Amino acid sequence: MALVSTDTAVAVPHVGSFTSAAFEKHLSGSPSWWHARKRAAYERFAALPMPTRTDESWRFSTISGFKLDGFVPDAPDLSGAKAAQVAFAIAAEPTLIFVNGRLASRNPLPESLSSRGVVVSTLSEAARTNPELLREHFMAQPQKLGSAKFAALHEAFIADGAFVHVPRGVEVTEPIVLIHSASGAGTAVFPHTLVIAEDNSKVTVVDHFLSNDQFGQFACGANDLYAGHGAKITYTAAQCWSLESLSMQFNSTVVRRDARVQSLNLHLGAKQARHESLSQLQAPGGFSEMLALTVASGSREFDQRTLQIHQAPNTKSDLLYKNALLDKSRTIFSGLIIVDPDAQKTDAYQSNRNLMLSEDAESNSLPGLEIQANDVRCTHGATSAPIDADQAFYLKSRGIPEKAAHELLIFGFFEDVLSRLESEELHSAIRDLIRKRFAR
Amino acid sequence: MSEITDTLETTMENPVAGIDQSNGNFKYDMTYDFDAGTGLNERTVDYISSVKKEAQWIHEFRQSALKTFFAKPLPTHWASKDLENINFDKIRYYLSQGQKPKRTWDEVPDDIKRTFERLGIPEQERKFLAGVEAQFDSEAAYSNIKEAVSKQGVIFMNSTEGLREHPEIFRKFFGKVIPTSDNKFSALNSAVFSGGSFIYVPPGVKVSHPLQAYFRINAENFGQFERTLIICDEGSELTYMEGCTAPKFSTATLHSAVVELVALKGAKIQYITVQNWSSNVFNLVTKRGLAHEESEIKWIDCNIGSRLTMKYPGVVLKGRKARGEVISIALANDGQHQDTGAKMVHAADETTSTVVSKSISVGQGRATYRGVVHIPRHLKGCKNNTECDALLINTNSRTDTYPAITVRGDRHAVQHEASVSKVSAEQIFYMQQRGLTEGQAMSLSVNGFVNDLARQFPMEYSVELKRLIDLEMEGSVG
Repeated sequence: MALVSTDTAVAVPHVGSFTSAAFEKHLSGSPSWWHARKRAAYERFAALPMPTRTDESWRFSTISGFKLDGFVPDAPDLSGAKAAQVAFAIAAEPTLIFVNGRLASRNPLPESLSSRGVVVSTLSEAARTNPELLREHFMAQPQKLGSAKFAALHEAFIADGAFVHVPRGVEVTEPIVLIHSASGAGTAVFPHTLVIAEDNSKVTVVDHFLSNDQFGQFACGANDLYAGHGAKITYTAAQCWSLESLSMQFNSTVVRRDARVQSLNLHLGAKQARHESLSQLQAPGGFSEMLALTVASGSREFDQRTLQIHQAPNTKSDLLYKNALLDKSRTIFSGLIIVDPDAQKTDAYQSNRNLMLSEDAESNSLPGLEIQANDVRCTHGATSAPIDADQAFYLKSRGIPEKAAHELLIFGFFEDVLSRLESEELHSAIRDLIRKRFAR
Repeated sequence: MSEITDTLETTMENPVAGIDQSNGNFKYDMTYDFDAGTGLNERTVDYISSVKKEAQWIHEFRQSALKTFFAKPLPTHWASKDLENINFDKIRYYLSQGQKPKRTWDEVPDDIKRTFERLGIPEQERKFLAGVEAQFDSEAAYSNIKEAVSKQGVIFMNSTEGLREHPEIFRKFFGKVIPTSDNKFSALNSAVFSGGSFIYVPPGVKVSHPLQAYFRINAENFGQFERTLIICDEGSELTYMEGCTAPKFSTATLHSAVVELVALKGAKIQYITVQNWSSNVFNLVTKRGLAHEESEIKWIDCNIGSRLTMKYPGVVLKGRKARGEVISIALANDGQHQDTGAKMVHAADETTSTVVSKSISVGQGRATYRGVVHIPRHLKGCKNNTECDALLINTNSRTDTYPAITVRGDRHAVQHEASVSKVSAEQIFYMQQRGLTEGQAMSLSVNGFVNDLARQFPMEYSVELKRLIDLEMEGSVG
């Protein structure tokens, strides 16, 4: 807790299981057009030190949890892809299903969409069909939140990923569901989703991350959203890895003029998870709504780092991250709003709410602001508090057992976030996932 | 013979210690009888110790602190890189004309007396203070306490004297609230400290008028390292005020104090600071209080001057139902960075803390709030409420907020809120409609912004604060 930290830990180069031999082996199995970029990424990964205690962007994190030993990249899938059975409870069939980083099965896009130029493909396919778009947008945004090393690892070892492209003016009404699954003990996966919504288009994308077994896996994924002028993206990432897994995720959102992006990150799985989310509001009228819900139980740790950068005047961002903490769990929320010198009339909001459900749970909040323009409205808030005693008493007096009452109150606590979703179907599918999480 | 160097053209009508920036911008050329030279090493520490005729244990304490200081890196991984501009080899660590403060102003050497008279200290002492200590560079030139107060058993003296005359109390509490290794600058202070106040208030004594210390830097390239230790015994009450000024030099000056407060059971301490160093001073201060059962420590911290201030007054809430409070006002003008905040460490059940911070950034000034709230495991019924409001006056003004809140357990309530805004155009329009100029309207509006905090200051201070805001706001519009 010292404001002035006392010692500097020595940074040790650490590659863990991701040795150069493992990388060469991975490279031999990947398409040759990718080699130069992957090689450069691997060199960055190997050269960068592991984060240390004195890194402000890792403050309060259990860094030792992210040791890279004991993982297997490019593990074959032995489970027989049961992923589809645990799909999201919405009518739309998943378009792409990845198992251990490679495409396992797919459902064709409706004719109405493909005829209008909507593409939902793998990155490898996109490299042939849309090479310019891929070059322009693939891992193109800066890593500003502390995980440059892990992002380089992701780029070096990624096998494949999803590519969603919605052309100018096209509106996709049905959600596009993508499933990224992992199986086998120690499997390392590098899921990737790239969504490009061209000017005035509209799309809803759901990423569902899950394990096909109870083993511990290592997921190091990226999802990049690009909303062109006037475009609208609704994005949900449901992180449901097995409870033994390690999860690292980087999200980057670019919002252009009058565009609107709503992203919801649901954190239900993993033993230790870190999620970084960067929103860049690049042109007037842009709006980024950043939402997250976390259920932390056992001795799990959820570490969320966010950055809202207002680079142009008249932009808006609104962040609401809610954590429910049970047992001996820990959460870290570290958010920062940056308003650049010329970004007048910025309207930014950031809020982290922690519901403390156990006397051993620990929440850490670091809500930050860096404002360099004066005509702005920037507010942030952080709270940590237990369940309201009156509410708990009310439920108890009606004979509802404590566990069920808590669950009800947690849903009540989450409702603020869930009610922001426009789609009723998505809303109930997410509630369903949370309910399953409690049943586990 | 002393020469006056004066850059001030008009004299202020109502000079109250430390609030008016221009009021402190003068210096007298001095000859010092004791001078530790430039730069810092073991010999500097030996010199200070021998001049003060200190006991062996304190000499060893200083030497070990010096090692800690050298071993610690600058905290630039989170703090301003401006710290790298401090050249520790070019600073003079000890300058004085003697180690024994005078008890009457008549005995104070003329040139030093003139300084304090210009700052209005003797006048204030007569008016509303129970005791005054005036420090000039490294040592107190004057220290006096009203007879009625000293008869109650209150000890108020320079820390050099405190160490000599009351070692039994001093040693028991010294360095216990802020350990030497707390940070690089507390280690530096522990190695070369000189001056500062030592106060002991006996059980049940309520000191009716404030005690005041005034810190003055006169010499160029000088580092002032006062060390203040205040102990309020069970059920006692004390208000302490400090002010500070320095003339403006072209080179950097360093002020690095350590202030430790101990409030024993049921005691109340209110510590008021008005910091108005000139804009070449690095002000890197560690302040912390230890609050025992049912006691209360309140820091009122007002930062207006300096080039870079890094100061986060804290309270360790060690006893059940202890209360901590920080009220912070910061004004950052061109070339200034006010990096201020608060630290609340809850260490007992049912402890409560409040932090209210208001900052104003003018021109290219930068105001930063940095805070820690820590509630560890196995406590119950702790509460913290933090509010930070920032006001940005010009288009290129800057403000930052970096709180860190750790809460363990489900029996506490903690909330933090911050907002950033500019002066409301409607308000300005309304006032202009009623005949105020835009500048007057702006001043009124900014004063309104800090009014609820300024009211908690003693009257003389809040009046001056208002006047100063008016001054600083002049020419900031447009």
